[in-house]
Amino acid sequence: MIRGAVRLVDQRSGGAPFIRKALRYVFPDHWSFLLGEVALYSFVVLVLTGIYLTLFFEPSLAKVQYHGSYVGLQGAEMSEAYRSAIDLSFKVKAGLLIRQTHHWAADVFVAAIVLHVLRIFFTGAFRKPRDLTYYVGLSMLMMALLEGYLGYSMVDDLLSGMGLAIGYAVALSIPFVGANLAALIWGGPFPGTHAFESRMYVVHVFVLPILIGTLIALHLALVAARHHTQFGSLRATARKVVGMPMFPAYAPRSIGLGLAVASVLFLLGGLVQINPIWIWGPYHVASATNGAQPDWYLGWLIGALRLVPHFDVTIGNYTLVPNAFWGGAAFPLVVFSVLLLWPWSERRLTGDHGFHNLLDRPRDAPWRTALGAALFTWVFLIFFAGSGDRLFVMFGLSYSLQIWIVRVLVVVAPAVVLVVTKRVCDELRAGERVESERKAAEAEAALEARLVGGRTLVPGSGELRR
Amino acid sequence: MKRWLIAAIVLLLGRRPRAAALRRERMVPPGPPDRGAELAVLALLLAATVCGAAFPVVYAVDSIPNQTQFLGLSLGLCLAFLAAASILIAKRLVVTEELEEDYPPPEHPTEQEALGQLVDESGDRFTRRRLIVVGAGAAGTALGVALLTPAASLGPAFHMDPFFRTPWRRGRLLVDEDGHPLLADDVEEETFYTAFPQGADREQLGAPLVVVRLPPAQLDLPSGRRDWAPRGILAYSKICTHAGCAIALYRKPTFPPTEPRPALVCPCHYSTFDPARGGDVIFGPAGRPLPQLPLLVDGSGRLRAAGNFSGAVGPSWWGVRNRSPYA
Repeated sequence: MIRGAVRLVDQRSGGAPFIRKALRYVFPDHWSFLLGEVALYSFVVLVLTGIYLTLFFEPSLAKVQYHGSYVGLQGAEMSEAYRSAIDLSFKVKAGLLIRQTHHWAADVFVAAIVLHVLRIFFTGAFRKPRDLTYYVGLSMLMMALLEGYLGYSMVDDLLSGMGLAIGYAVALSIPFVGANLAALIWGGPFPGTHAFESRMYVVHVFVLPILIGTLIALHLALVAARHHTQFGSLRATARKVVGMPMFPAYAPRSIGLGLAVASVLFLLGGLVQINPIWIWGPYHVASATNGAQPDWYLGWLIGALRLVPHFDVTIGNYTLVPNAFWGGAAFPLVVFSVLLLWPWSERRLTGDHGFHNLLDRPRDAPWRTALGAALFTWVFLIFFAGSGDRLFVMFGLSYSLQIWIVRVLVVVAPAVVLVVTKRVCDELRAGERVESERKAAEAEAALEARLVGGRTLVPGSGELRR
Repeated sequence: MKRWLIAAIVLLLGRRPRAAALRRERMVPPGPPDRGAELAVLALLLAATVCGAAFPVVYAVDSIPNQTQFLGLSLGLCLAFLAAASILIAKRLVVTEELEEDYPPPEHPTEQEALGQLVDESGDRFTRRRLIVVGAGAAGTALGVALLTPAASLGPAFHMDPFFRTPWRRGRLLVDEDGHPLLADDVEEETFYTAFPQGADREQLGAPLVVVRLPPAQLDLPSGRRDWAPRGILAYSKICTHAGCAIALYRKPTFPPTEPRPALVCPCHYSTFDPARGGDVIFGPAGRPLPQLPLLVDGSGRLRAAGNFSGAVGPSWWGVRNRSPYA
């Protein structure tokens, strides 16, 4: 039967040689390599659950009165978008499961990409010839952030509206073009025209998924074309890749991982509540709630917006750069610029223009590791500042005191981390050097002792190497 | 019947005799069978089947409580058992070989040269190459601009008036959420009120107000706003000048040791404004004061606007300060 199927495919596509090669594609194995795969499988779950949700969600801001099964909102005035999101949670069977799974999958998707980027960065996997793969990956991260933001903004609950107001303010704050840009996106001053909902919808369910899907294909094609990176060993060298073949060894592992990711996402979606939109209520320009937290991947922007001291850049009475620009636009721009420019700058600064198929251990590139750790510390502290209000509620730490502490820390801590990390890397390497010298000396001593003892060495017996 | 049953069991459980060993070289290295692992995989597949089958049952039976949880549990467990089976197959039932393969060559100089030559020779007949490139560039740019032009219809990109317009003008009544006029006597200290312009769209940034009352002796308003707060009643735009969230917190009564003054606070980024001093920023990221609306109390004690805001409403943009809002 298998042979029949193979013949059928080969006769129609001529693909047998290619498939044969693909099935024996070599995967080097290391636990940290699966992060990208987790992101990939989360994306699959996102697409499938997302398609289901579009069958029920109505992207419309037309006003309706709620008369559904949820008592807490009886008679409330809301948009059709919000009503349909509530209905698909309560009226549509399995709707809540799919909606919550979709939301969890989005959170896991971005988390997996971020961890994957960290892995790529700290092992130097972004170096030539894989810099293009790295840029494609970063583009997908940026799109994933926007995609997630649009996803929870479309629902038009109170948190959606607050998030959109902030997004609007950030767009508005861009010097010289902000107001014009915001007017284009929203179709006028906030909250914009009703068509704005359709704009978010088409970007969320069509434009960005297609772009991300295409980039995933490109990303994988580039990975396959240049083959996987690996950590060096006696057998695994810059010329030879060593690992298990796609089939039969790797495929069931990867399928198992995919099923496990889907399993965790559906268990979360069924058992752990996320974004209970019926509690937030519908959005009105005049309402806001205290203690609102966005999805985790926007926390760094909330933190940045909160940390910036109060000032607008003005000339006389003319506002040049409104405050929200620094935290909401300049900060992510700086972070992504550093990440995007890194491969190029590293080539320039180290003069290393060579090909790299072997990964660095973080300690092998002390400056990269130290600078990366400093950048990560900076971003993480700012992310952390976004939860100051929660810490205040939970532990009673004065909010303004916290903000001042973090304001100082974001300047001091990265510098400290830079110095400490560099030192740790250097010490680790020095330790290894001492260890390998000691071993070499011991081996030499043992060899001498044996030679004195009068034994002859058999070439190739391995004794010399020991 | 009995014979059929036996036949079925034999078919199901019987193992095929191994095919006669073919006399060709193996591609996948051989390994011993592992009946324990096989049995475990079968058990996992059975468990996955049971969980998968439970999903439509939970879906169909309405009397089951907590349907979402059980649906998630059945689907999640079904997938989990399948994942376990798959990984068990990978670890115990298929051979894990270690292969070596050459990395692809870094580059193909001959092909690169050929490609360059191909393009060069194809362009042999052009004599004014640079001019053609400039011409193509111009045409391409014009086409790009033409294709982008319809995007201008998305919004009033070159028309900033709507950003300065508010529904407030002298004499407009302040009403509460239910549309009832706000009476000056009803406005108490130590709490805050949300007010809207009577008969106007509430879903615009210029509409909502936050109204508070302070002892007139405590007020320290900017010059020119002496009569903006009749009986100590103050009205400010409810939209934060930082990022456009609604000012939903009023810090009053206060905790004197750390926070001596009553303050209006935005819950998004905790911009904090001083209502006694014309909405000045005390803390948090907002870059300019909260716009104040002048009030008056009419003959029947109702609160009315005495004009428009002291500055543009909502989050700031380039050049926001140089114009006043208008009705």
